Amino acid sequence: MNSIIAIMSRELKGYFGTPVAWVFLVIFTLMSGVATFYLGNFFARGTADLNSYFSYLPWLFLVFIPAVSMRLWAEERKSGTIELLMTLPVSPLEAVIGKWLAGVIFMGVALIATFPLWASVNYLGNPDNGVIIINYLGSLGMAAVLMAIGAAMSALTRNQVIAFVLSVAVSFVVITSGTPIVLDAVRVVAPQVIVDLVASMSALTHFTYIAQGIVPMASVIYLVSMICFWLFVNVVILSIMKAD
Amino acid sequence: MQTLLELDKLYKTFGHVKAVNGISLSVPAGQVLGFLGPNGAGKSTTMKMVAGFLEPDAGTARICGTDILKDPKKAKASLGYLPEGAPAWGEMTVLGFLKFCASVRGLPDAESAIGKAVERTALQLVLGQSIETLSKGFKRRAGLAQAILHEPDVLVLDEPTDGLDPNQKHQVRQLISDLAKDRAIIISTHILEEVDAVCDRAVIIDKGGVVADGTADELRALLPGRDDATLEEVFHHITTTDAQEDLS
Repeated sequence: MNSIIAIMSRELKGYFGTPVAWVFLVIFTLMSGVATFYLGNFFARGTADLNSYFSYLPWLFLVFIPAVSMRLWAEERKSGTIELLMTLPVSPLEAVIGKWLAGVIFMGVALIATFPLWASVNYLGNPDNGVIIINYLGSLGMAAVLMAIGAAMSALTRNQVIAFVLSVAVSFVVITSGTPIVLDAVRVVAPQVIVDLVASMSALTHFTYIAQGIVPMASVIYLVSMICFWLFVNVVILSIMKAD
Repeated sequence: MQTLLELDKLYKTFGHVKAVNGISLSVPAGQVLGFLGPNGAGKSTTMKMVAGFLEPDAGTARICGTDILKDPKKAKASLGYLPEGAPAWGEMTVLGFLKFCASVRGLPDAESAIGKAVERTALQLVLGQSIETLSKGFKRRAGLAQAILHEPDVLVLDEPTDGLDPNQKHQVRQLISDLAKDRAIIISTHILEEVDAVCDRAVIIDKGGVVADGTADELRALLPGRDDATLEEVFHHITTTDAQEDLS
């Protein structure tokens, strides 16, 4: 546990020790505002809620989370510090969890930084704050899944740009696997049971439930199992490729 | 003397290249072993396997009796390792770097351990400086400080004096000699004068296998018909193909 906390703290200090984190937070918050008020037609809808923000958030995550996760392992491999880290008395799983947790906490800070949106809708009307809280927690869960995917992709390469592109591609498939764009393609080559299976893997499908303020047990199990699966993939990739 | 480090028939192949081909040796407490060999001989690969970074295809290493493959965390807790090039997180200060290493190792009295390591490696003046702004010499000393932070019984140092000026080399060799009293230390080096300066014993490897093992004087005696042979001449002689055939 000490090792996980130490690695997580080091990563967080690494984020906030450079201007990159602050630039990220400012741009993410601005883009959240654009998604809510401009793209989401907030004023034209005449409803004081954050539905428009949460409907665009997965697409913001698609770009912003790989930008955070791409450095997690690729940088360690490029600079050679992975050799130092992995020869300290720390297991690959502890190292993977420590880095992933740092990324999730960073995204948590980014979500907290969007509180002016919440303050605005509360100033303008009487939104259901319970639904908004559930949405924020659901968003953090989705960020945790995408961060686990991004971290695993980052362990595949020492090039951060490649890590970013791979993360966006895999995250896109995971987010959209319940939409016609993916399901129609799967339907051509696979039976209905596989189509249903692929649809159930979609982050967007589960996020849609959560956006309505509903938290089905299936969605909680989905989030937890996806996180565990991608962290496991990260450990496997790290164990095989750390010295390449 | 108790054996603290044991390499047991280590093998490692990359593609078709046999990088390490059945290396076995043991290092008792109080001994500094010089690990010599030409570029590509398998020195760093061997050290990476001993440190638990690379998994051998066959064989294992035991640190203080603990198998690095069976219980890597316990084995690594007794090991101080300085990787080749002394990699470190550039954005961290030297103090932050040492605090992180102490924290991962779960040292109970981190402050005192850091103070001792800093004093031994003479890092006092650069403690608050970020590692990316340090000279090569200071960076290597920061790497050494993390390796000795937890007072390990076994030290594996990959080219610890590479890039240091003569004064810094002298300091590091002095430090290694001081540390060696009750520890097993392996240093890999290209610098043959290091063997006379700091090593009790030297192993020369070539093409992944041990081709010579002994004290500096025993190695010099390997050159036939020469009483005044230098280690450089011996090294050249036994790491060329023809000479190896002669020796065999």
